[in-house]
Amino acid sequence: MRTNEIFMAIKTDFPEVRQEEETGAVIIPKESLLKITRYLKNHRLAFDNLHCITAIDRTGRVELAYTLYSISEHHGITLKIYLTAGEENVASLAELWKSANWLEREVYDLFGVIFLNHPDLRRILNPYDWKGHPLRKSYSHPEVSIKPRL
Amino acid sequence: MAVTERIPASKLIQRIPGGGVFLTTSENIFKWGKASSLWPMTFGLACCAIEMIATGASRFDIDRFGAGVFRASPRQCDVMIIAGTICVKMNDCIQRLYAQMPEPKYVIAMGNCAISGGIFYYDTYSVTKGTDSLGIPVDVFIPGCPPRPENLLFGLMKLQEKIRNEKDADK
Repeated sequence: MRTNEIFMAIKTDFPEVRQEEETGAVIIPKESLLKITRYLKNHRLAFDNLHCITAIDRTGRVELAYTLYSISEHHGITLKIYLTAGEENVASLAELWKSANWLEREVYDLFGVIFLNHPDLRRILNPYDWKGHPLRKSYSHPEVSIKPRL
Repeated sequence: MAVTERIPASKLIQRIPGGGVFLTTSENIFKWGKASSLWPMTFGLACCAIEMIATGASRFDIDRFGAGVFRASPRQCDVMIIAGTICVKMNDCIQRLYAQMPEPKYVIAMGNCAISGGIFYYDTYSVTKGTDSLGIPVDVFIPGCPPRPENLLFGLMKLQEKIRNEKDADK
């Protein structure tokens, strides 16, 4: 199925979703994440593979992006959640897809998003005693040498 | 051609003309042996490790210099080739591996990342700025990104030269 067809299929059952213009990603409210992902996994759309979770820091809000893929149906979709500053927390998908466990740890490590009900929310790339979340725009580290701008 | 002329350490070992007798000191024999059987550690960090593997394979054949016996344990190694980018999370591991190597031990910093951080010097939070900053003394620096196998072999020959010319008998 094409991205627009998948979007329309989601839209009929969940009228609260909308489509991001420039990317075609499906923007969903934070509260309905578990409901929609459970639907996407078990519906005829058959999204059996959570491919990637990543985030974008837009200074002021953090965008979470979930890339889903269906191995049996050969189609994919990107879900996005806009998290407002100070409320960077969202439900964990670790019980739906096993791959979510480490992907969410990575997003927590680098962006500081808290995944509620995650079975083991530790850092995964940086050392366990690391301070801060490096891919946030506000991050600074004393040992980073800034390249001189010419 | 006399056999001694082919031996790199032949200056240290003198042959008495007309007889099968050689004159040398025991230090020189040890140095010759040390330089000719450097056992590196099986230890690669990033893309330089691929060049190190190529150097060990048949086309370049590091075994010609007696350094082809890559050991899987630091306890059996003489030389540690730091081949690649050192991430901050790897610091403790490298220091521990170096400490576990028995004396005499040597370190080759292979590639720009192992020398100074290389292309990751600026604007990076997760890369250590060179082997020196870990407090590990480096014997030979091999620049390149990554260095070709020929460069690694040349660095190895430089290390052998350094070992043969060592003044201190302890190392």
